Amino acid sequence: MSKKLLDSNDINRAIRRMAHEIIEKNKGIDGLCLVGIQKGGVLLAKRLASEIEAIENATIDVGALDITFYRDDLNTKEEQPVVKRTDIPCTINNKTVVLVDDVLFTGRSIRAAMDALIDFGRPAFIQLAVLIDRGHRELPIRADYAGKNIPTSFNDRIEVFLDEEGKKDKVVLIAGQN
Amino acid sequence: MIKSKDLLGIKELTTEEIYHIVDTASGFKDVLKRDIKKVPPLRGKTVVNLFFEPSTRTRISFELAAKRLSADVINFSIPTSSVVKGETLKDTALTIKALGADFVVIRHSSAGVPHFLSRILDISIINAGDGANEHPTQALLDLFTVLSYKRKIKGLTIAIIGDITHSRVARSDIYAFTKLGAKVRLICPPTLLPAEVRNLGIEVFDNAEEGLKKADVIMTLRLQLERQSKGFFPSLEEYFYLYGLTVERLRLAKSDAIVMHPGPMNRGVEIESEVADGPQSVILDQVTNGLAVRMAVLYLLAGVKK
Repeated sequence: MSKKLLDSNDINRAIRRMAHEIIEKNKGIDGLCLVGIQKGGVLLAKRLASEIEAIENATIDVGALDITFYRDDLNTKEEQPVVKRTDIPCTINNKTVVLVDDVLFTGRSIRAAMDALIDFGRPAFIQLAVLIDRGHRELPIRADYAGKNIPTSFNDRIEVFLDEEGKKDKVVLIAGQN
Repeated sequence: MIKSKDLLGIKELTTEEIYHIVDTASGFKDVLKRDIKKVPPLRGKTVVNLFFEPSTRTRISFELAAKRLSADVINFSIPTSSVVKGETLKDTALTIKALGADFVVIRHSSAGVPHFLSRILDISIINAGDGANEHPTQALLDLFTVLSYKRKIKGLTIAIIGDITHSRVARSDIYAFTKLGAKVRLICPPTLLPAEVRNLGIEVFDNAEEGLKKADVIMTLRLQLERQSKGFFPSLEEYFYLYGLTVERLRLAKSDAIVMHPGPMNRGVEIESEVADGPQSVILDQVTNGLAVRMAVLYLLAGVKK
C-alpha cells in the first residue's frame, strides 16, 4: 500500500520555509555552505540554494558528498556499494556547513556524513536540513531544519521524488510488513 | 556486482564486475587527491601480503591501498619466514588464517597458487601475480587508465608488444580488453609467443611496424631478463632493433595513442627513454591508478558475503 504524503506545492513551500529558517538562524549567508548527501540530498541542496539565493540576492556555495566509504554497514547490507561523486567546491574550514538529506531515519547516514565532511576540514558549525524526518533514530542526531515530521513504522519506506524545476515533486509512503 | 570472495583472475570476472571495480576505483582516485587520503571502511581488517617472488611496486601499491582504507598490513617476506625452514604453502596459509587475517594478497612463481589458497581458506584471496597465468589488478589498472584517456574500450585497437610467453600481465590484459570489446594485437618474436593465446580472439604480428599501425594504445611489456636463459632471441641489441618502442615506431600509431608499461622498465631494451618520458606516455598515471584500483578491489571484496 502506498500513500502520497506531499505533492509538489507542499514540497515547494517546505523548501522555501527551510530556506528562510537557514538564513534567519545564521543571520544571513556569510560563511555558509550547503552540502547535499548523495544521492537524495544533492538535488534538495541545489533547490534550497536557489531559494536562498533568490531571497538574499547573493550566491551560496553548494556541494555534494558521497558517504559510501564511511558507512558502517559494508558487511551487513545485501546490495554492494556504488560510489557517487563528491564535490566540495570551497574550503570548509571555519564555515557553517548545512548538511542536506532527503530523509532522516536512523541517523547513521548523518553520522557517516559528518565523518566524511571532517576529513575535508574543520567547519565551525555543522547543521542538518532534511525534507522528511520520519523518526526511529539510532544515534543522538536531530535536524536543525525539517520540511515535515512524519510518524512512520520502522518497516515503512519513504520515497522522495524531486526534479530540477520542482514540477513533479512528491513524497510517498509505502507501508511495510510488520 | 562482485560475486566471489576472491580475485583470482580476469578470466573469472564478468564485464559487469569489471566495470563495477573500475567505477569504484574512480571514487578512490578522488580520495587520493584530497589532503586526507585515508578513508575508514576496512578499519579492524588485516591484509597479509604474501609474496613468494620479488616485487617492489605491486607490494607497495597493495600495502598503501590497504593503509589508505585503514586496514592493518603484514608483509610476509619469504627469505625471513619459515618457508625457508621447510614449511608447506598450506601450513603457511593456515597460520596466516589463524592469526586472524581477512585478506591474503599472494604472488607466487607457480600458476594456480591463489586458486589453491582460495579453496583451503574462507578469507579473501587476491592474486598479485601467479606464474605466467594472471596479474588481474594490473589489467584492471590498465583498463582504468585507458578509460580515463579514451572514455571507452569498445572498438579500440590495443597493441601489446614484447615477451608474451612470460607475461601474466599480457594474459590478464588480453582477457580484460577482449571482454570489453577492444581489438587486441600481440606483437612479439615467434619464440616469445605461447601457442594457446592464439585461441583468445587476438591478432598476432611478428613485425612491429605492421602491428603498431593505427593503434590507439600501445602496451610495452618488460623483457623478463631473468627468464631468458633458453635463448629466445640473439641479443638485447637485436631485440631493441626489432621490437623496441622508438619515437619512429610510435609515429605509426594514431597521433593520440597512449603508451603504457607495467614497470619496471628496461630503458633501451623494450622502450626508448624518449618515448617513456614523452608526452604520450601514461606510465606514471598507471602507478597512481593502480593504487585506486587495489583500494577498490579490497573494498569491494570486503563487502562480499562469505
